[in-house]
Amino acid sequence: MTAIDIDQAPFKVSNLWTDQKSRGLLIQIVSLILLLLFIAYIANNTISNLNLLGVETGYGFLSEPSNYDINQRPIEYDSRSSHGRAALVGILNTLIVAVCGIILATLLGFTAGVLRLSGNWLISRLVYCYVEFTRNVPVLLQILLWHGIIVHSLPLPKQALQPADGVFLSNRGFAIPWPQLEPAFWAVVVAFFAAIGGAVWFTGYAKKVQAETGKIYPVITINLAIIVLLPVVAFFLAGQPATLDWPALKGFNFKGGLTVKPEFIALWFALSIYTAAFISEIVRAGIMAVSHGQTEAAYALGIRPNWTMRLVILPQALRVIIPPLISQYLNITKNSSLAIAIGYMDIVATIGGISLNQTGRALECMSIVLAIYLTISLSISTVMNWYNKRVALVER
Amino acid sequence: MAEEIAKFAPGTHPDLKPPLASTGAIKWLRDNLFSSPTNTILTLLSIFLLYQIIPPLYGWMIQDAVLDATSRNECLELGSGACWAVVKVRISQFVYGFYPEELRWRVDLAFVLLFFALVPALFDKVPHRGYGLIFTIFYPVIAFFLLWGGLGLESVESSKFGGIMLTVTIGVSGIALSLPLGILLALGRQSNLLVLKVICTSFIEFFRGVPLITLLFVASTLLSYFLPPGVFFDLLLRVLIMVTLFLAAYIAEVVRGGLQAIPKGQTEAAQALGLNYWRLMGLIILPQALKISIPGIVNTFIGLYKDTTLVVIIGLLDPIGLSQSILADSKWQGLSTEIYVFIAIFFFISCFSMSRYSIYLEKKLHTGHKR
Repeated sequence: MTAIDIDQAPFKVSNLWTDQKSRGLLIQIVSLILLLLFIAYIANNTISNLNLLGVETGYGFLSEPSNYDINQRPIEYDSRSSHGRAALVGILNTLIVAVCGIILATLLGFTAGVLRLSGNWLISRLVYCYVEFTRNVPVLLQILLWHGIIVHSLPLPKQALQPADGVFLSNRGFAIPWPQLEPAFWAVVVAFFAAIGGAVWFTGYAKKVQAETGKIYPVITINLAIIVLLPVVAFFLAGQPATLDWPALKGFNFKGGLTVKPEFIALWFALSIYTAAFISEIVRAGIMAVSHGQTEAAYALGIRPNWTMRLVILPQALRVIIPPLISQYLNITKNSSLAIAIGYMDIVATIGGISLNQTGRALECMSIVLAIYLTISLSISTVMNWYNKRVALVER
Repeated sequence: MAEEIAKFAPGTHPDLKPPLASTGAIKWLRDNLFSSPTNTILTLLSIFLLYQIIPPLYGWMIQDAVLDATSRNECLELGSGACWAVVKVRISQFVYGFYPEELRWRVDLAFVLLFFALVPALFDKVPHRGYGLIFTIFYPVIAFFLLWGGLGLESVESSKFGGIMLTVTIGVSGIALSLPLGILLALGRQSNLLVLKVICTSFIEFFRGVPLITLLFVASTLLSYFLPPGVFFDLLLRVLIMVTLFLAAYIAEVVRGGLQAIPKGQTEAAQALGLNYWRLMGLIILPQALKISIPGIVNTFIGLYKDTTLVVIIGLLDPIGLSQSILADSKWQGLSTEIYVFIAIFFFISCFSMSRYSIYLEKKLHTGHKR
């Protein structure tokens, strides 16, 4: 009956603090008010500072001509294009180096991670040295070193190294043959996407058949065949709508083909090699996390070694590997902002660098840069969380 | 044959030596380098690779290197290898930046005291550890007055800071300031109070979602807009604020991992004993959670320590920034490789020893009752 007495106790102000629920509410209200006051204070300061300086504000400058050039442009751009377009070129350049870096770093990292576990003493020691040397040296320094090596050690375009036909390595960049696409090429693109759709459908079908009958199709081989063959067939049916354009030395530079700038190569190599060291440790930890008993149990059931790897070890190792791997991918994307140190025109160097200096719109430019990085990071981490929930072990 | 056998009673024959191929170096080589055709190929390839790399590297770094010279041209005359003279001539700048020469003893003293402050914090078998930890807590104050001046010491502007000293200053103040903030953020993110949770989560996600370099740009271009008109922070202070917030977000995530690893029974038991929130956290949960998150915190710190090099992009003179001013000197032009390799070696030594420490901690903390 005491419980009833407490419920009916007369209200006191101090109860607001001693009762857990109302105290929680009180703390939340106070912190919300403090936060709003802080934001108001900052906003007030900013407005009065801007008024004092007499700076114009607003995003109108994005449509004004930028008056500067960008040396690597995936889309059409010249110095008469707008600041907005410069920002777009910057975003594309960031994404290009990030995607290339992710691909190379994954390949290198998985190879290094597997070799590190090899029974060969010399190989595993060599990989260990590589991992420790690269991950303990700042990536900015590595970018500068690679850039220095390419710019200072490679010959001039006239004496360019030629490791293969049509490939030229010089201090102005690497010139490689590049396909020139004709309008009919869309048929190949359509075929490619159709093939991916087909592969997805086939994977689902194969899973269903395996669940019902136990019959296992060689899914990977068949999918690869679909994805490669369909576009190739479409390419020939459409009358080969692409020709290879070969680079050739004209004057002081290469014309034709694709010239990859030294800045891009330095950034790409440095980021990939640096991140691959981290990825190799992740892969090693993932494989080691699967207990040896799993392998032994699979063998005891009579599963062959390569099927053991595919059906037993890999799915469990990937569950450990994927989350930190994706955060490494995010790191590559964020580290690509170091491009500014060697003059690769990514998003920070274009809108956050030259545009900012030319227009003086620090607030606007930085907010654009921050918003873009946040969008990239948050969308990747959303995907990661979704994946994590899907593969996580369901406990209790 | 028959005679020999007859010489021994059953069971008294002395042990024969194992076959030569299954002991010692030969066995080791067979097991570790030539156990299968693939391994043999890999071994031969690596030996070839080492042969390609080591002799030229040794020649460049040690054999043909020049230690004493006054300019690059003199170096070129004296030897074909690395010109370490540039590092030797400018070493004091690499360490102290432009800190006034007659006051450099203060930096030295701060370095030495840093050592005494770190040892009791890092290792638990130090004599008089309790007094040592008190010193550790007060060290930041002492270091502040030593480096910037005040209290009767001549004051030094932070624009004079540079080189390794700047790297260490940013790194140490970053970790000292961000650790408490990071713990609070982690607690906030784990809290039941929705508003606090949302504030802390968005703070953490924001600072983890953008690259440090953009935050440094914010520090150099925007932060002065946010302060009341007329108030001015110098660049180093603004960088320190940003680095602290950035690092705090990462530390918060590491600590959150530690908090999540503590079984819920600990909280429930503490609540059953009637402990309030701060006692529950301070006496029961945090000591356990921090203990398991220390290796993660050390790793985060190593990451930040390497990232201090980014301040060169907004014009602070860390070792890389100094190297660019040295390279602009006509006497030493074109020696970027030597200088970068020197800086790389410095970072390698400090980061590698820190990561060894973190591995040592992990082993020590692995007390066998892992979940």
